[in-house]
Amino acid sequence: MHRIVANDQLAPAVHRLVIHAPQIAKVRRPGQFVIVRLDQGHERIPLTIADGDATAGTITLVIQAMGHSTKAIVATPVGGMIRDVAGPLGAPTHLIEKGFAVCVGGGVGTAVVHPIAQALHAAGVRVTSIIGGRNRSLVIYHDELGRLGEVQVCTDDGSWGRKGLVTDALVELCAVGKPDVIYAVGPVPMMQAVATTTKPMGIHTVVSLNPVMVDGTGMCGGCRVTVGGQVRFACVDGPEFDGHQVDFAELRSRLGTYKMFEAQPCDDGSCKARRAADQIIQQQQQ
Amino acid sequence: MQLSPKQRMAISRQAVPAQDAAIRSGTFTEVNLGFTTELARLEAERCLQCKNAKCIIGCPVSVGIPRFIDFVAKGDMQAAAASLMSDNCLPAVTGRVCPQEAQCESQCVRGVKGESVAIGALERFVADWARENNAADSVCAAPSGKTVGVVGSGPGGLTAAGELARLGHAVTVFEAFHTPGGVLVYGIPEFRLPKAIVANEVERLQRLGVTIEVNAIVGRTYTVAELRERFDALFIAVGAGLPQFMNVPGENLKGVYSANEYLTRVNLMGAWDGDSRTPVLKGKRVVVVGGGNVAMDAVRTGKRLGATEAVIAYRRGKEELPARLEEVHHAEEEGIRFELLVAPLRVIGNAEGWVTGLVCQRMQLGEPDASGRRKPEPVPGSEFTIDCDLVISAIGTRANPLLTQTCPDLKLNKWGNVIVDQDLMSSIPGVFAGGDIVRGAATVILAMGDGKTAAKRIDAWLKQND
Repeated sequence: MHRIVANDQLAPAVHRLVIHAPQIAKVRRPGQFVIVRLDQGHERIPLTIADGDATAGTITLVIQAMGHSTKAIVATPVGGMIRDVAGPLGAPTHLIEKGFAVCVGGGVGTAVVHPIAQALHAAGVRVTSIIGGRNRSLVIYHDELGRLGEVQVCTDDGSWGRKGLVTDALVELCAVGKPDVIYAVGPVPMMQAVATTTKPMGIHTVVSLNPVMVDGTGMCGGCRVTVGGQVRFACVDGPEFDGHQVDFAELRSRLGTYKMFEAQPCDDGSCKARRAADQIIQQQQQ
Repeated sequence: MQLSPKQRMAISRQAVPAQDAAIRSGTFTEVNLGFTTELARLEAERCLQCKNAKCIIGCPVSVGIPRFIDFVAKGDMQAAAASLMSDNCLPAVTGRVCPQEAQCESQCVRGVKGESVAIGALERFVADWARENNAADSVCAAPSGKTVGVVGSGPGGLTAAGELARLGHAVTVFEAFHTPGGVLVYGIPEFRLPKAIVANEVERLQRLGVTIEVNAIVGRTYTVAELRERFDALFIAVGAGLPQFMNVPGENLKGVYSANEYLTRVNLMGAWDGDSRTPVLKGKRVVVVGGGNVAMDAVRTGKRLGATEAVIAYRRGKEELPARLEEVHHAEEEGIRFELLVAPLRVIGNAEGWVTGLVCQRMQLGEPDASGRRKPEPVPGSEFTIDCDLVISAIGTRANPLLTQTCPDLKLNKWGNVIVDQDLMSSIPGVFAGGDIVRGAATVILAMGDGKTAAKRIDAWLKQND
């Protein structure tokens, strides 16, 4: 059993939970995730670790309440219990040790990019973050990332920062000074758009994938993705992969496997992002 | 009254009552109903009580078979249970899932001219009697002051844990999933091995003093090196959990599962009972590729989840099916279609990325291969399509590299299996291993045999290094 130490709402339907999990807090590294099961009968939900405190024995998870299980998790108050937290899972982020890195975060993915930016900053890498959301209320982790370097905000409606997509800001940024690496975490269409944008520039781009998975230990193969023509398991070979090699079309199709079981309203902006991403991809192909 | 051998020979093998095939193929309740006391005693009378009992040699955990059967014949179930459980930590499990026809029962003298004693069914009867009548637990030796960590709570790990606890050692078992049992809970379906029975066996071990830590992934949450520091000895029994896919085009279409994923969703995550939040695709036409026990479990699960057609596609012939005989019989009775001597070429799908069929080709058996089985060879121009909306790959599993990757000192063979000596000790002193992580994908009972052997060797090693 794992006690919930804090539960704050960061954005509509997005909560930050601090959970007592001392062993995971001790050994976790940037890019790794946990699998959470609130109670018996609930699903196993993979969630990337946004932060951790080895001294306090806690980890931080940023959760978007989408389906039944995630809604039930964020509705659990401080002092409440989570039955199962397994991890840390996945391979840690491969971090550069010097130079210039751009961290791109979209929606709830911004929380995932945060520990990567933290570790890069700690290693002495210059970090610029580009973060986005549909509107001001959906942009998270601005202040936390601001402590690690420059932050640019993009919103679809212009309610904060630049009106437009993160890729617009990225193109401008790369024109000024070419980054050594880009880490992009967010809705799949956003990561695809970033990868499509940076490929012609030849900038190494790492994306963090969150396909459907059950165990997180390589045992089910449900999270298989095609990367550079090879089938890889996101849970053990990933979750981070070279964005230029990922078969995003297949990933997007496979993410729809259980759509009919849980009709999800598109409240994360990914529908609009998908259309925008498709446009970018079409332009690139022309 | 003792029967004469002639009287014993006159009794024919008693059939195990089972649910009607038409009814059971629509539910997940257990297929076999087990012997009644009367049937069990009658069947037990068939045992000739051989002095040189070959059945014991045929058993990977060397159960004293004639001894417990003799108690059953005499109606002393308490003594039968005590005798059986002193040899076998998980008799309610093995009585259900062992391939007895290839082990103990294959050695039975009654099988030479006629039918062997139904040892498996008798084992199950005694184990179930013990559970239903709260038979006394085994007694543990005085505490040794030694600690042993067991990695994996499948059949190998649980057996080792039980044996080590009985020898007086303080045992902690680490399980990656949220429920202990390994393949017994995620793999083998409810209709063949009810989960309440596995839970009961686990509770029995806990009463012996075994501690179980769930959600502990060795290789991620802990390293082997850390655990080696914490415990006086380790037993690694993490199984062969990495699913193999067919390596054919279309394998990542929606509606293609590994048997591991399909069965885990249905069994461990409870998708079979409708109340679970974990979804599973319920095919109308399900094709399972493979011919082993896992393939039979998957195809019969598909049928129970409402498939109008559930098909086994296997590249060799019926004689070569590696599954337990009983599973094949049960599958046939339940209306499973067997497409034998066929191999998958590609999975085809529609524009939305959903499976619509499996393209196969016919095979014929050629010369025996390295495994001694005749090698299937394609029949030219024999391509055909099985229309389906679900394809399940049940062609075997390999060693999961999660633990071994993070333990460079552990010597592995070219398939990633842990190399052990005759005492089941790995290249790291005090770290033992057994079951599928050593053997490659095998059976529950062989893993249990390793667990039992390892417990003895660990005990000896701990005493030696005291």
